[in-house]
Parts: sequence; structure tokens; C-alpha cells
Amino acid sequence: MSLYPDRHSATLPALGAAQKVHGWCSPEAIRQVAAVMQVTPAYLSSVATFYDMLRTEPRGSRYVYVCTSVACHLRDARRVYEEIEREAVDQQLEDVELREFECLGACDMAPMASVDGRYVGPLTTADAAEIVSAVKDGREVLPGRGLPDLGFSIPPTPRQAPGPPEEPDVHPAGGTWKDSEVLDVPPAEGPPPHAREPLHPLDPGTSVTPEEEEPE
Amino acid sequence: MNETRLLLRNVDEPGLNTIEVYERLGGYRSARKALLEMTPEAVLEELESSGLRGRGGAGFSMGKKASFIPKGTMDKYLCCNADESEPGAFKDRLLMQKNPHLLVEGCIIGAIAAGANKGFIFIRGEYETQADLLDAAVGEAYERGYLGENILGSDTTFELVVHRGKGAYICGEETGLLDALEGKRGNPRLKPPFPANQGLYQGPTLINNVETLCNAPIIIEKGAEWYRGLGEGNSTGTKLVSVSGNVQRPGNYEIELGVPVRDIIYGLAGGPPEGRELKCFFPGGSSAPVLTQEHLDLPFTYEAMAEAGSMLGTASVIVVDDSQPLVPLALRLAEFYRHESCGKCVPCREGTNWTVKMLERIDEGEGTPMDLDILEQVQGNIIGNCLCVLGDSMAMPVASMLKHFRPEFEQHMEAARQRRDLVGLQPMGAGELGGVAGAGAA
Repeated sequence: MSLYPDRHSATLPALGAAQKVHGWCSPEAIRQVAAVMQVTPAYLSSVATFYDMLRTEPRGSRYVYVCTSVACHLRDARRVYEEIEREAVDQQLEDVELREFECLGACDMAPMASVDGRYVGPLTTADAAEIVSAVKDGREVLPGRGLPDLGFSIPPTPRQAPGPPEEPDVHPAGGTWKDSEVLDVPPAEGPPPHAREPLHPLDPGTSVTPEEEEPE
Repeated sequence: MNETRLLLRNVDEPGLNTIEVYERLGGYRSARKALLEMTPEAVLEELESSGLRGRGGAGFSMGKKASFIPKGTMDKYLCCNADESEPGAFKDRLLMQKNPHLLVEGCIIGAIAAGANKGFIFIRGEYETQADLLDAAVGEAYERGYLGENILGSDTTFELVVHRGKGAYICGEETGLLDALEGKRGNPRLKPPFPANQGLYQGPTLINNVETLCNAPIIIEKGAEWYRGLGEGNSTGTKLVSVSGNVQRPGNYEIELGVPVRDIIYGLAGGPPEGRELKCFFPGGSSAPVLTQEHLDLPFTYEAMAEAGSMLGTASVIVVDDSQPLVPLALRLAEFYRHESCGKCVPCREGTNWTVKMLERIDEGEGTPMDLDILEQVQGNIIGNCLCVLGDSMAMPVASMLKHFRPEFEQHMEAARQRRDLVGLQPMGAGELGGVAGAGAA
């Protein structure tokens, strides 16, 4: 607190420190910080709920953030995340907060993840099992492929095979390649042909789910 | 083409993050010069006449911003905005990781120009490695007497603190950053008053991006005249460009402003993967409206990008190749801004939410052609109607995608709808619905 002209400025560092001790911003942690900082617990709760890195539920004392923001999205980050998530369930990973995260500022090594602040990438779905088991055993995740590692460099080769991608198969005109074969979707030029009359946007008929159509 | 390396000139030197190596390579000479040989007015004048523009996105003249700080004796603050959260931007990360002392020196010079006696580097919480390196650098600078009281025997006092954020995009907005630094929720404030008059703790505050401040030592060392010789027109100097997305060699490149965009994307970054064509690109991070192939030969300057209907922003070029459908991309983008909207202004809070919902509908085959018109209208209602530009940051790229690629949106909607109809006949989760569903639909 002495670093700042106003003691309130220490809120974020203090909550961060409390989270390190308690694993999350528990009511107890917040009460302790409030007592030290001489502010109300309500004030601290309002701050804690605003910031992504402060946990207001017990989700695990360590974290794996997988970036799925725009630049990583373009390099198939979603599939990497889903694979890691699947592995985490398979290997029964506990006490680790695993979540998709917004851009972590390492788009050059996309798709990437941050394991307790250590950036690793570029990732493929094949790395998922190793990441999860390394986190579980407390080993260093993917040694040599972390941003602060000595001699780390980004492989310059294009990692996307030329030609139509295998999956997700995406047609340049929208939809999928498979769709364009099955449905015979015409090319992108010209006005859009409609297979059926355009519905009114508020027409409830557009949101009928198969269950509702079910004759019981 | 080649890079023009100023900020990155010694970046491959091992141990550059230590003060010994940094000093050996001429570091802190500019701070010494600015402190001992120049008056604060001269430093300010030098920065202003160099034409250096803010590198954080808005592109406002740094010297002019510093000159708005009132004169006189009072508590004035310098804030370095290192909350680099813009999707696609990773230039500040490189600078802080490789060359933290350059930033410290830049902060000293910025503080001299603004007359600030207390400075904060607000770094995003996710950059843990970089924050530790900065902490170490600040510690070394204190030891050598570059920071603290009576720096280098002068009567200038300047304290510098590295403050870690906790993960919120909105804290990259300058007034949001101030609120976060004051220990509140990072909500943007109404402007005016501008931070130059009433900023941190209601005191005059100069807020600059990492890269902007890193340019200051170079300007002091080489002179404004020399610096102005670089670049084109009102876009002077060099710029770090972060290239990412569907390119062969993503990374940070330092270029002289004014080189054609094509040279950056194809020359430096290698262009899209083999067999792929460029569909569109964001010239300045995900907040910038997209540009297409026809804009590739424009010079990379603040003016040319603005004229083409986009902006240079943080100069984070995200390249999208022709294998990428735009609707999921727009959806991903909108989801990001929905998540990061602080919720203070209605157009942004509701606009981002409804944009996501409409794009989801389109992607799931529930969309109708009217949705695109509504989508466009919603974006129009967000732009310019909020306290800060977060809402605009979503509205502008989404609107630009609609503008340039409307047929693709219509195509995608149609394909998704047909797919949904097919799925309706052959139920998607047959297992969950039981065999009856298939029988019922048939």
C-alpha cells in the first residue's frame, strides 16, 4: 500500500495475493483483505467480480488458459481447447482452472495457452494429452516450447495443409464443403437464391425444435 | 524487403534485459542527456516536433498530449499503458520482455516532459513473465540512481511502480486504466475532463502506450529532425507491426511507416499458406474494420488506412485467408467484445449482446435475410454513442465485414438453413431424442 498515494490502489495486488493463499477470492479471503485495507468486503467483491483473473468461485488454485480469440481462432484454437478439455476429463485433472481465454497477446505462436503464466505454443490437438498430464504431475509443460525458454523460436512452416482443409471443412462461400456438394450451393456471386420463401424475422416457426414437433 | 530496426535494434543481444548490457549498448544516455543537458521544455519541444504519434491505437501526437499537462507545482503522474489486450497485438510484450530498460528510460523521459514525479506501468496480469522482468529492470534502475530522488544528481524526482492488472480488456482504455489503477472496477469515465487535466487521483496524468514511450529515448538521442525524416507525411518514424493469423511467418516486424501493406503481409510475413489466397485483413488489431485485396498496395500510414475506411490502430495485422468462413469469425469477434463490455453504456452492452445472438442465429440456420439489415443497423447505433470506443471496436469490423462480404453472409445463412432443414428431417441427437423422433419426422 505504501507504493501508492492512495491505499485503494492496492486492491488488485492485494486480492491477487489473497487468491494465491486461498486459491480463490473466498468470502474469508475477502474479509481478510478488507480488514487489512480498511475497506468494506462489498467493495472488494464488486472489484473481484469485474476481473477475469480473480476467481469468485473455487475453480482450482492453478490455471490453464487456452486462447481462442480471433488470431488463434483462425488457427483452429477451438479444436485444441476441446481436445484439452476432453483430456482433462479423461485424466481426471483436479484443482486446475481450465478455460477459454481472450487474447493473451501471443498471436505469433497461435494457437497457444498460458499455464500459470507460462506461454506455450504453437499447439496442435496432439499436444493436449501431454499438456494435461504434465499439469497433473506438476512437470514443466512442453519444455522448450514456452515463450521464456532459451532458444525458443516459432517454426516458420505453414501448419495448415494446402487444399481444402479436412476439418472443420469450410466452404469459402460459407457453410461446409460437404454442404456445397450435398446441397449444391451456388457460387457467392449474385443475389442469394432462397430455397424457400423468406420468413418473417419474428415468425415463431423459425425456432421450432425437433422436440416440439414431436407427436406424443 | 527489410525491416527498419530502431526499437528492435539490439533485440537479439543476449542479456539485454540486464542493466549492464543495456548501458554498454548506449542505454540511459538519452535519459542522462534529457536530465542534465536539456530543460524540460526542450524535451517536450523535441518530442512534439518529432511528430511521434501514439502507438496504442488512437494515433494522437504524443508531444501535444504531454503539452496539455498543466504547468506548475503539483502531483502529476505518468501512466504507461502496458495492458495490451487487443486481439492480434503482441508488440509490447516483445518490447517488455526483451528490452525492459528501454521502457524504463522512456518513462523517465516522458516524466521529464510532463513534469511528473510518480509513474506507473500498468501491465496486464496475463504477462507474468514480462511483469517480473520489468520489476527487475525497475529495481536495477533504482540501484543505479536512474529512478528515485534527485536522479543522477539533478533535482528531478521520479518514482516508478509496476502495477499488474487482473485481466480486463477495458483497462486498456485510458480512463478505464485509471480507474483500475485506483483500485476500482475498470469502467471508463466521461471525457472531458481529459486525463491530462484530471486523471489519476484527480491529478494531471500523461498516459502513453509502451511503444510510444520506447520511441522517446531514440528521439532524444538522434534528434527530432532525424526522426521526422523517417516515415511518410504525418506518420513519422517506425512502427512495430504484429502479423498473425493465416500467414506463413507470424511475428513482430519493425517497418518504416509508409511501406506498402503488401510488403508487410507477403514480403515479411510470407503471405497466406501455400495454395491459399488472402481474403481480408485487419490492419490494426481486431477493432479495425477489415480491408480486402484491393487495399494491399496502400502505404501503411495512419492517413492511408483512415482514408480506406479503416485505421492503423495498434498496427496488428491479422490476415484471414480464403479457407475461413466469415460468420464464425465475426461471431468470435463479437463474443469477445460482449464478454469484455463493462456494461456501463447501454448501446455497447446491449448492442454487443444482440450482435452475438443474431450471428449465432445466422450460423445455426435460424437467420433470415432481414437479420443482416438489422445487424447493420445495430452496428450503426453503437458507433459513436458510448463513453469509450469498446462498442465501436466491435461494430466497425462487423459492419465492414458485412459491407465487403455481404454475399458471403447471405450464402452462409442459406447453407446453414438448408443444413438445419436436413437435420430437422434426420434428427441431430437421435440418441437423446430416442427412436421416436426419427419415426415422427419421417
